[in-house]
Amino acid sequence: MSKLDSRIPAGPLKDKWKHHKDHMNLVAPNNRDKIDIIVVGTGLAGGSAAATLAEQGYNVKAFCYQDSPRRAHSIAAQGGINAAKNYQGDGDSTYRLFYDTIKGGDYRAREANVYRLAEVSANIIDQCVSQGVPFGRDYGGQLDNRSFGGVQVKRTFYAKGQTGQQLLLGAYSSLSRQIGKGRVKMYNRHEMLDLVIVDGKARGIIARNLVTGEVERHSAHAVVIASGGYGNVYFLSTNAMGSNVSAAWKIHKKGAYFANPCYVQIHPTCIPVHGTQQSKLTLMSESLRNSGRIWVPKKIEDSIAIREGKLRAESIKEEDRDYYLERRYPAFGNLVPRDVASRAAKERCDAGFGIENNDTKEGVYLDFSTEIMKKGRESAIEKHIHNPTDQQLYDLGKSWIEEKYGNLFVMYEKITADDPYKTPMKIYPAVHYTMGGVWVDYNLQSTIPGCFVIGEANFSDHGANRLGASALMQGLADGYFVLPYTIADYLSADIRTGTIPTTSPSFEEAEKGIKDKIDFFLNNKGTHSVDHFHKLLGNIMWNKVGMGRTPEGLREAIKEIDEVRKAFWKDVKVPGDAEGMNTELEKAFRVADFLELGQLMAIDALHRNESCGGHFREDHSTPDGEAERDDVNFKYVGAWEYQGEDINNEVLHKEDLIYDNIEVKTRSYK
Amino acid sequence: MSAKKGLHLTLKIWRQKNNKSKGQFETYKISDVSTDSSFLEMLDILNENLINEGKEPIAFDHDCREGICGMCSLYINGRAHGPDTGITTCQLHMRMFKDGETIVIEPWRSAAFPVIKDLMVDRSAFDRVMAAGGFISVNTSGNTLDANAIPVPKEDADKAMDAAACIGCGACVATCKNGSAMLFVGAKVSQFALLPQGRIEAKRRVLNMVQAMDEEGFGNCSNTGACEVECPKGISLENIARMNREYMSALVDKG
Ligand SMILES: Cc1cc2nc3c(=O)[nH]c(=O)nc-3n(C[C@H](O)[C@H](O)[C@H](O)COP(=O)(O)OP(=O)(O)OC[C@H]3O[C@@H](n4cnc5c(N)ncnc54)[C@H](O)[C@@H]3O)c2cc1C
Ligand code: SF4
Ligand code: FES
Repeated sequence: MSKLDSRIPAGPLKDKWKHHKDHMNLVAPNNRDKIDIIVVGTGLAGGSAAATLAEQGYNVKAFCYQDSPRRAHSIAAQGGINAAKNYQGDGDSTYRLFYDTIKGGDYRAREANVYRLAEVSANIIDQCVSQGVPFGRDYGGQLDNRSFGGVQVKRTFYAKGQTGQQLLLGAYSSLSRQIGKGRVKMYNRHEMLDLVIVDGKARGIIARNLVTGEVERHSAHAVVIASGGYGNVYFLSTNAMGSNVSAAWKIHKKGAYFANPCYVQIHPTCIPVHGTQQSKLTLMSESLRNSGRIWVPKKIEDSIAIREGKLRAESIKEEDRDYYLERRYPAFGNLVPRDVASRAAKERCDAGFGIENNDTKEGVYLDFSTEIMKKGRESAIEKHIHNPTDQQLYDLGKSWIEEKYGNLFVMYEKITADDPYKTPMKIYPAVHYTMGGVWVDYNLQSTIPGCFVIGEANFSDHGANRLGASALMQGLADGYFVLPYTIADYLSADIRTGTIPTTSPSFEEAEKGIKDKIDFFLNNKGTHSVDHFHKLLGNIMWNKVGMGRTPEGLREAIKEIDEVRKAFWKDVKVPGDAEGMNTELEKAFRVADFLELGQLMAIDALHRNESCGGHFREDHSTPDGEAERDDVNFKYVGAWEYQGEDINNEVLHKEDLIYDNIEVKTRSYK
Repeated sequence: MSAKKGLHLTLKIWRQKNNKSKGQFETYKISDVSTDSSFLEMLDILNENLINEGKEPIAFDHDCREGICGMCSLYINGRAHGPDTGITTCQLHMRMFKDGETIVIEPWRSAAFPVIKDLMVDRSAFDRVMAAGGFISVNTSGNTLDANAIPVPKEDADKAMDAAACIGCGACVATCKNGSAMLFVGAKVSQFALLPQGRIEAKRRVLNMVQAMDEEGFGNCSNTGACEVECPKGISLENIARMNREYMSALVDKG
């Protein structure tokens, strides 16, 4: 029997949220300080939620594994945040943002959630501006916008190439204000290692103080998980090194369903892998696709010569370049959505046209030369420079690029030692964002009462693919404007409960489980480091559960991951002791969870006999290589229920996706 | 790309079990480090070797490895974030080093940043300074003015953005002989002082933040400018000047 009740409010789409808000139960202000809430994670989602809940008067305990909430992974987001403000007067609206997001998600997202997201998006910008987020402005003092992949309006707000940083610092400053007032107790360098359930409700967590090594019990009336995504299951990704699935996976093991784990976003514009010593991949913001043209040589001999260092990109003539996105998708060109752009790059590299001299010969060019000259010309006209020389045009264009993307160009040069003003950037897709996550209902509550999940850690708003600049939007929407309302509805029943004691058997048992694991790791004395197993897992995931998936590959992956997992538990070596800082022990806990999740991702990918968004099944593609969705059989959310150690036994529950307000179409960007 | 070269290096690294114990330098050898690797990847390889030899790996802080989270630190050959300007340690690449070189690696050194272990330090003093006033007192309910109802001159917005780019890494403090946090605090004060939204409580903010900064044990600024040189985000000394102006005028007002 399924517990999947999405609790989508009745009524017309555009009134659902308002109507729901009007009818939910409230906790009166004088009762709020009788209620404790734990927030795990202080990224955009958790940081904004913790600040808002504290401001409303609840007692908040917030946790993050970094040394400061300001360092959450959200800080790394570069490009921007969407909002349906229609400041540019180009026909944007709540409906259009909703529609683009649903379509971009390949019709695998929940209509009501996405509409709500679009609806509150405009508010997010107002909120952030009032907090002092320095968004880009035009000369009239008004906010500026750029456009992003998959859309034909300019609705993306940005703060240079550091939008995530500025939004997070905004949330962090509001959080700091509440910390200063004593309304939030902040637990830095603490990791949640388990959820505690008392009488069927989430009532606390077990956390480890990463500095002292102490295992601690924390109780609350509700627990909010805002721990981010699980892209690091691939070992190499654009995620911060410490990003992990542990909090989400631990609640999964305690009864929360895990939805659509196979939906992973592979971002098209990352710096290619340099070699075997690599630890992490670096993203080049997607906004660059506004100004850069993507190409590989038309002739395979040119690609080979480039890889061998005998030819340079600049010397390939215009007519010998294959601008394959513009060729295949004339309507959207270089601005097709991420999944489309990524697959197209893979297709060219698989066919032998890759330009990077690495083990896999994978890489394509992102070229700014056309834009530099174009902007140079515009600038010359504006400055009344008649008959400018080519050098003048180049210089003017270059300064335009510098103003817009300067920090990204510097970052690229530091990493690769190439100057992207002179020679095109080299890029290749990399694992970036995870659309799957903990299943939640409309109120953002998981299948465990009292356990809410927000931001990238849940599954709800993106479907099979995420359009650019929508994750930041979702994180802040959840944290500032959705959860604070919906959690009140749940907590209204708890005003007489009183403090939750941490001495109950549930706490004891959960704590013992963690302490036993610590003992196991430290005493196992195996022969291989944690990273060794993580790399093995990552390799299987990238090759067989990556950009192109086949049933055979997935079956192999399931078996191989199982073997790596067994080897891990037999042979892992974790030096050091339990007291004090032990970074290897931290990693061991995280990789143990990735090994289980990885297997579930492959199982989910195998069962979904269709292609959609980030899930591309080679056996479900059209003759010209486009994804082939199967709406008859797969228009549902696949939510998995844990059944004990053998991941193969997880039970699938389905939430049918019902589209009342839009017509489900084949996604085409041609 | 030219053939990749493997570097052979000698590393002198500060090891310290915890805040209570005394630390000392240990010497390690490492070979075949690709010049395309980052500095932190080089430490990863060393750690992998140490683990394989049954030793404890070196603890160091890092997370994003993209130069934005501000978590990585390290004093390398006597310089915060190593021998390059405008970058963090995670962006430092091994092509900056020569084969056979000896590299000295230490934690940030400042009274306000106690060592946690090896190369890791505690920078939570920054958070406490922020909690004392590094914000605009606005509720997070979304019931605010329409964003375009607060026009901001582009020049001011850009300047505010430049100040806001501080990543809170602490290199400024570590490199300053007085252990001053003026660049960090000045950047925050400036960001808000430059925006109309932040002006309203500007005086209160600067007084509170400066007081918290002093209480945390950060030293005074003697205008040597070392902080600006080592700041990975190019935060300019102008921000210290602006903070001083803000502070003086707030004091005058306070009478
Ligand atoms: C390089 C890059 C660029 C991006 N650019 C954009 C962009 O331009 N626009 C856009 O919309 N999106 C972008 N994204 C995606 C977006 O940044 C993320 O999806 C989003 O920030 C996630 O926010 P979050 O709050 O859900 O999680 P995070 O910011 O990942 O925060 C997770 C929090 O959980 C904590 N945590 C995790 N596990 C535990 C645990 N077990 N115990 C305690 N604490 C824990 C962490 O300490 C952290 O505080 C980008 C992502 C990357 C990697
Ligand atoms: S001012 Fe510069 S050096 Fe100091 S904390 Fe900020 S970014 Fe780091
Ligand atoms: S690890 Fe994030 S700035 Fe270096």
